[in-house]
Amino acid sequence: MSPAVGVVCFPGSNCEHDVVRALASLGASARIVWHGDDDLGDVDAVVLPGGFAHGDYLRPGAIARFSPVMGPLRRFALDGGPVLGICNGFQVLTEAGLLPGALRRNSGLRFVCTTVPCVVGSSSSVLTAATPAGTVLALPVNHGEGSFICDEATLGSLEDNGQVVLRYAHNPNGSVGDVAGIANRAGNVVGLMPHPERASSDLIGSSDGIALLESFLAAASAPVPS
Amino acid sequence: MRFAVAVEVRGLEGIADPQGQTIERALPALGFTGASGVHVGKVVRFELEAADEPAARATAQQMCDRLLANPVIERAEVVVSPAERGE
Repeated sequence: MSPAVGVVCFPGSNCEHDVVRALASLGASARIVWHGDDDLGDVDAVVLPGGFAHGDYLRPGAIARFSPVMGPLRRFALDGGPVLGICNGFQVLTEAGLLPGALRRNSGLRFVCTTVPCVVGSSSSVLTAATPAGTVLALPVNHGEGSFICDEATLGSLEDNGQVVLRYAHNPNGSVGDVAGIANRAGNVVGLMPHPERASSDLIGSSDGIALLESFLAAASAPVPS
Repeated sequence: MRFAVAVEVRGLEGIADPQGQTIERALPALGFTGASGVHVGKVVRFELEAADEPAARATAQQMCDRLLANPVIERAEVVVSPAERGE
């Protein structure tokens, strides 16, 4: 059975259709969920896509965190449901406290728009379960505020628990520990700055994101661990 | 009573501030020597109806905790003063 994936659209999201298309091409039944809905509907997984939710006003994700859909999203995540935040979605998840740390202005103050090699840091997440640690993936990045930061103790615990799921081979933004993506302790909530949905076909430069999205859909198809 | 509130949000000590560093490097080019420790933050100003100044300060502080600042990377300073009377 094809998993049902809700892709949340905030005012200012701009990657929701790319995500829906990429997931649909892999057999998922993906649909857009409006941020103002206070119900996720019957979904097996949720994606927060890239963009500039609420204009990124104040801080990226600062306002989005209070959107009505975030209540049910939080319960879904805490119940073990697979949740993926891509780029702006990652920023929303940190602001919402579903992932630790924060994303700041890139160290060079430049918006970066390029494809970077990323190394899988850990397979213990819904996004990387199918890709062994050490696998190098070419993934597009497209952000101005993607520099991950957290205190040393948090970074140490992320490293020790295998929560750094993706690392830049060449750090484009000054992230601590070259962090490109992290998971929560349970591994069901993942945030990353690179865009796997834009690496879903060789025609557009890379298909290295497919393994990540397939892993995510496999987790969506599996019964939620109780 | 109405109060004028200014919330200054700045980066936590020890967190790199690339904007501040860039400005600090630009100042000498204009002949302004001797400036150091340049940091860029933001100020959120608003008026607030509250019973008294401590109440206004407490409300503004709650706003900081929940929305105006991200404690992972920022700290906020609240300044409360009586609002100026309009015409």
